Amino acid sequence: MKHLITLRVNRQTYELALAANKTLLEVLREDLELSGTKHGCELGECGACTVLIDGNPFLSCLTLPIELQGKEITTVEGVAADAEPHALQTAFAELGASQCGYCTPGMMLAAKALLERNPRPNREEIKDALAGNICRCTGYLKIIEAVELAARRISEPPA
Amino acid sequence: MATNTIDSSSGYRVIGTRPIRPDGVDKVTGRAKYGADYALPGMLHGKVLRSPHAHARIKAIRFERALKLPGVKAVVTGKDLPEGENKSVPLGEMSVNPRYLGHNILARDKALYQGHAVAAVAAVGLHIAEQALELIEIEYELLPPVMTVDEAMANSAPILDPELRNEEQGDEPTNIAKHTQLKRGETEAGFKSAQTVVEREFRTAMVHQGYIEPHNALATYGSDGRATIYCSTQGPFEVRGMSAAVLGVPVGSIKVVPAEIGGGFGGKTTVYLEPLALLLAMKTGRPVKMVMTRAEVLRASGPTSGSHIKVKMGCARDGKITAACVWLAYEAGAFPGSPVAAAAMTVLAPYAIPNVLIDAYDVVVNRPKTAAYRAPGATNAAFAAETVIDELAERCGIDPLEMRILNGAREGTPHPAGPPYRRIGFIETCEAIKNSPHYRSELNGANRGRGVASGFWFNAGMQSAAMVNIHADGTASVVTGSPDIGGSRASCAMIAAEVLGLEAEEVRPVVTDTDAIGHTDVTGGSRVTFATGMAVFQAAEDAMRQLKERAAKLWECKPEEVEFRAGKFFAKGNPDAPITIKELAKRLPRTGGPVSGRATVNARGVGPAFATTCIDVEVDLDTGKVEILRCTVAQDAGRAIHPAYVEGQMQGGTAQGIGWALNEEYVYDAQGRMLNAGLLDYRMPTCPDLPMIETIIVEVPNPGHPLGVRGVGEVSIVPPPAAVANAIYRAVGVRLTELPMSPPRVLKAILTHSGQPSATAWS
Repeated sequence: MKHLITLRVNRQTYELALAANKTLLEVLREDLELSGTKHGCELGECGACTVLIDGNPFLSCLTLPIELQGKEITTVEGVAADAEPHALQTAFAELGASQCGYCTPGMMLAAKALLERNPRPNREEIKDALAGNICRCTGYLKIIEAVELAARRISEPPA
Repeated sequence: MATNTIDSSSGYRVIGTRPIRPDGVDKVTGRAKYGADYALPGMLHGKVLRSPHAHARIKAIRFERALKLPGVKAVVTGKDLPEGENKSVPLGEMSVNPRYLGHNILARDKALYQGHAVAAVAAVGLHIAEQALELIEIEYELLPPVMTVDEAMANSAPILDPELRNEEQGDEPTNIAKHTQLKRGETEAGFKSAQTVVEREFRTAMVHQGYIEPHNALATYGSDGRATIYCSTQGPFEVRGMSAAVLGVPVGSIKVVPAEIGGGFGGKTTVYLEPLALLLAMKTGRPVKMVMTRAEVLRASGPTSGSHIKVKMGCARDGKITAACVWLAYEAGAFPGSPVAAAAMTVLAPYAIPNVLIDAYDVVVNRPKTAAYRAPGATNAAFAAETVIDELAERCGIDPLEMRILNGAREGTPHPAGPPYRRIGFIETCEAIKNSPHYRSELNGANRGRGVASGFWFNAGMQSAAMVNIHADGTASVVTGSPDIGGSRASCAMIAAEVLGLEAEEVRPVVTDTDAIGHTDVTGGSRVTFATGMAVFQAAEDAMRQLKERAAKLWECKPEEVEFRAGKFFAKGNPDAPITIKELAKRLPRTGGPVSGRATVNARGVGPAFATTCIDVEVDLDTGKVEILRCTVAQDAGRAIHPAYVEGQMQGGTAQGIGWALNEEYVYDAQGRMLNAGLLDYRMPTCPDLPMIETIIVEVPNPGHPLGVRGVGEVSIVPPPAAVANAIYRAVGVRLTELPMSPPRVLKAILTHSGQPSATAWS
């Protein structure tokens, strides 16, 4: 049986008929063709599928859309404001924080949630915020440096 | 800043700078398209039924009920595949036996590990395919599982493959697929002249590459017999060759389109789903997509070998190593082909040792067939040898880095398995660590220690092709067949830009499919920037030669009179102003048409890589937990084309080495069932687990490459386990001889050492 569900994703409203057991990850990738959100384990262990729900990081592989009506979902495709990239996107690209890139969407969204509640995090706070997102390529240093650079640029925009 | 570069007085304009990586924007916007992101109209979904048993005879497979489930379009078993030839064919970093490869894709009469594919289903939906798997009945006869090399090598061991033979045991069935021996000098005499001899035994656990992106494949098949496979792979040409071999179809009938790849580290150099998806597409006439779950990745793709290693090494009073014996037995998994031969050739490679005897055994066990993992085979062996060298240094009262410098291989030192080295940078990596702020700093505090270790990796050459196309606006594209797993698109674009006088951003790198470029071997062996980079360099020079001919035509002079300097074409005595490539590009249509440079190489002149790593740890005496306080790695890159990506490789390899050292391992029960097939229990390093990994790029140019490139992808994984073990010893006085050095093992070692009974039941 399918349920009629209204979802807000990246500032757009979608009306969908979905099986109740379909995960948000599946809906994003298959029904909305937003394939930027990645599946790594579908068990909530790797963080690759992280999205924001009302600004807080959630694992889309463990989240059911039926619980999300009226909430604002943000995926990697919605991180940029129109054509303008987010400071995190620029910093990740500049510093090589994205190596194979598979963990990047989830990692950036976890970092975005952090910067929105704590605009000038220290290293320990960054590590804590990203602890649920596994990256196998970088050893994390360049990711942490990219979050720091983005935080600096957001807090002190160039004159 | 955690970064230093030594000896980078290169004089290059683009090479050695840090432009934004060409794939950077796609990856931060979600636009990059990975294998599982592909979909086609009418596509079916495939799933694999896997053996729940580690070792079992397959007596019968009944799938009629599954076929009757509405939406199910096909079921295939091992009977649908032809029997491959039972002989070794070299392919990429490892050799391939078509029979074993085919049997790993779908089991025939025996399931040889838990997770071994037994049947596959294609259905109109993923969940229908999963339901169909439950309707397939398999009759198994259980056989005793053989899980370790020790069990497998025992006289009375159950035999995995009754047809397996090795050269030494004649017609006797065996689990030892191969024994390799390397010998130089007389070790007995060497040990006699030694003043100090250390002999130790080591065991290391099977570990996984741990790429975050699971294996995937989407295959189509047309009635004309032409097939296309979209997948995330390090080796599209290997996928094509292996799939053709497994299915018994012509190589040329398959086109492989490499998608963006979410990590590989060697694990995506072979096939699992690709031939299955194609087989199901051939059966149904519809596109078939298959994606592994995480548990399938861990249970049924190719981790790297666990091992049992013995090392005996002796040195004279002055610390000079006089002899070394190494015994290596590596788990191949269910089919022959562990990287033990590579282990034998790497284990003593950083040192000049006159008397050497290395025995290496490739042993089949009821575990998944191993695949390459970053410097395959080298890390296990280095853990053992570098620990023994540390102990020798300590007994002789020599600083561990001085010990390595004293015994280190230099230009002219014979490699244990080959000719003398050309110019190499091993000593330079030791010196770099010796002079680093890290090694010169004091380490204070209880239960803290500092360890160093070194590593060697051959690097690979092999075949690559490249095209460099000049666009109408004077920019260029560089086309290769090398999937980019570590920044090679950036390095290829930069190499072409250097030759053509362009900015890196003006060259667009393209990784194309197997029909669109000449044969290119796997992205592996740290070979892409070396070998594909060499092809790109030559293709760019070819384009430059053609451009000079065009300028000569314009100026009615000889091509050899045209020079290219500082981004401009000149001709001697030519009154016309020099022109840039952009101006020349506009005139290409009227001077003969497009300019496209081409080159193919079977690259020689490979320059080996060395790394030396320094690690500080603190050991918690109550729990056995080891915390990494600081870590610095020095690696000889030859020439760092894009230093940020060289650092990325060094940091990534080191992080994997630290995971291997401290936590990662396959845990099996007595029946051979994997107990930790998920990422909570197969514990890879997370952000809070790692220190800021400091990097020192050493540049000792490789004389065998036009730009001095060696290749940087792998060697940094090799030293960390030994460096951590040596640091633990300095911290608490206990030598660890098993990987991983997880809290229970470290605690047990500490308690045993202090004479207390072990509080844990860990065996």
